[in-house]
Amino acid sequence: MEKITLLGQKPTRHGFGHGLVELGEKYDNVVVLGGDITGSVMTSFFKDRFPDRFFSIGIAEQNATTIAAGMALSGKIAFFSSYSAFAAFRNSDQLRISVCYNEANVKIGGGHSGITVGPDGATHQSLEEVSLLRALPNMTLVVPCDYQEAKKATIALGEMDGPAYIRFGRSAVPMFTTENTPFEIGKAQILREGADVAIVAAGLLVWQALLAAEQLEKKHGISARVINNSSIKPIDVETLTKAAMDCGGIVTAEEHQVYGGLGAAVAEVVVKNYPVPMEFVGVKDTFGCSGEPDDLLVKFGLSWKEIYASALKIIERREKKFIGFRKLTDIAAYSEDM
Amino acid sequence: MKDKNMGINIEFVEKIFENRRRIPEEFTEIALELRRDIIKSLTLAKSGHSGGPLGIADVMSVLFFGGYMRYKPKEPDWAGRDRFVLSAGHMAPVLYSSLARAGFFPIDELATLRKYGSRLQGHPGLEVNLPGIETASGSLGQGVSIAVGMAMSDKLIDKTDRKIFCISGDGEMQEGASWEAAMAAANFKLDNLCWIVDNNDCQIDGRVKDVMNIYPLDKKFESFNFDVINIDGHDFNQIISGLDQFTKAHKAGTGKPTCIIAKTFMGRGVSFMNNQFGWHGIPPNELQAEQALDELR
Ligand SMILES: Cc1ncc(C[n+]2csc(CCOP(=O)(O)OP(=O)(O)O)c2C)c(N)n1
Ligand SMILES: [Mg+2]
Repeated sequence: MEKITLLGQKPTRHGFGHGLVELGEKYDNVVVLGGDITGSVMTSFFKDRFPDRFFSIGIAEQNATTIAAGMALSGKIAFFSSYSAFAAFRNSDQLRISVCYNEANVKIGGGHSGITVGPDGATHQSLEEVSLLRALPNMTLVVPCDYQEAKKATIALGEMDGPAYIRFGRSAVPMFTTENTPFEIGKAQILREGADVAIVAAGLLVWQALLAAEQLEKKHGISARVINNSSIKPIDVETLTKAAMDCGGIVTAEEHQVYGGLGAAVAEVVVKNYPVPMEFVGVKDTFGCSGEPDDLLVKFGLSWKEIYASALKIIERREKKFIGFRKLTDIAAYSEDM
Repeated sequence: MKDKNMGINIEFVEKIFENRRRIPEEFTEIALELRRDIIKSLTLAKSGHSGGPLGIADVMSVLFFGGYMRYKPKEPDWAGRDRFVLSAGHMAPVLYSSLARAGFFPIDELATLRKYGSRLQGHPGLEVNLPGIETASGSLGQGVSIAVGMAMSDKLIDKTDRKIFCISGDGEMQEGASWEAAMAAANFKLDNLCWIVDNNDCQIDGRVKDVMNIYPLDKKFESFNFDVINIDGHDFNQIISGLDQFTKAHKAGTGKPTCIIAKTFMGRGVSFMNNQFGWHGIPPNELQAEQALDELR
């Protein structure tokens, strides 16, 4: 296992943009469709480098998605990127029929995802698309944790055949994986070994999971295994089941609703193979709101603190077996004396 | 910007911002005030959209303060009101300023734009209960159908004489949904609907005609069976005449919706923003704000 250190901050969308350029260099049949926000989702890198293979479709996500499918059915590797709020929801029928049912080689880059879009507010803070997308047959779904992984995932998705979606964010987030960190669609990576509890996270919550693991070790001598589960579909059944067996409890963490997202995907695997207590860190069935990204992460309970408190809950639950009737949205809150 | 309270003189505000018939010259002061609010609130917010709101400020001045819309600021749900839908939700700063100046909520609140806990969300929402907001918007191409639904409800079911005003962007016209709304508006003979397109020929990636050509816009709306009025969106005489025409058509019951295509300039009023699509989605910094406010005297 590589030793993990903080290598700086960079937005995952830059990884997507740079990944696209690399793909364009390698394959002539990569095309990119723009939805007016090319400078935000970084398809502008590709546009500048390969102007002949870039097409501006305007603010028309349904059309762009379906045009991409048409191009894919004509032998192209067709990327379309917009904000997740519009690249997963406005076009979801098109994704379902023209892309997934056709098994079309269409790749969607969903940018500005999650609460950390910040001041734009609820309309732009997509928090439900993981749930929507992973239910679509034939869809591959990746939520990278940092810049390097976003770049590698973009290339990997371009090189696989079939529909795929990569979900990335707007703000600069910690970089801690390197060019040498392995990435494989369908594989989760153990970033930190541990045997008392497992933390399975995706996106920018992976870094928070590492911070939580450090605190658990320091304050309680609890060893937490941290797993980066960027490949949400297909999901790594083996690594997750082993985590359940070895650690006896799992906390999931995601910048997404607790309903239907990563947590649900992991729970499905665990319940089917080796049931253990689970806790879910995520957005509690509410819309977002305007605010600064870092403040919002705290206000919406998406920091290492909730992960830490949830890990302690797992341990409490293992001892007591039953601690009351709790809803999925009842998420353990951190307090100083924990 | 030193003036964190946004320099409010309440008495002056009430006199200037009556909603009544007035001569074109009177709108100049109102539009300037809206533009100053936009600059101040965006500067404090440190994010948000400058270009669109500045460009549509002249139209908003006439619409909200020229006696064309019936409303009671202290009774925002008043049944006799006309309704306004900002389909281009990112232009919220100009709507917030208009509502505050009209008396729907305290003007100081404009200083909370886009901040955590504010009722002035980055894009309008109903969840925060800001008086005067009729619907959430921000996903382009939806507000126009909301307006159609409201107009249908009024005309076909409740049989009221209420008018529905709606503003969409021109980039927003690239959404297929916008044209579905247009088709329905004519199909249901919604002469109570006034759809204003902010035709600044700018969007995020560049000129609208380059990103995805929507022209000829007037002929398209005409062929969709709208009464189309082309105006210069910075000429108060023309804005007045456009809204007068709609009002007359509504009274007469022409059975056709009205589309006012307002030719505007993004960022109008601030020299370095004027007609620059780069100003679509960014706020001025403090220095730029001072210069802008200097020009907006
Ligand atoms: C469905 C949807 N797609 C994309 C966006 C992102 N977006 C916000 S404003 C904008 C440009 C809108 O252009 P226009 O309507 O001309 O407004 P202007 O730039 O003139 O203010 C885009 C693409 C959005 N808000 N909604
Ligand atoms: Mg425009």
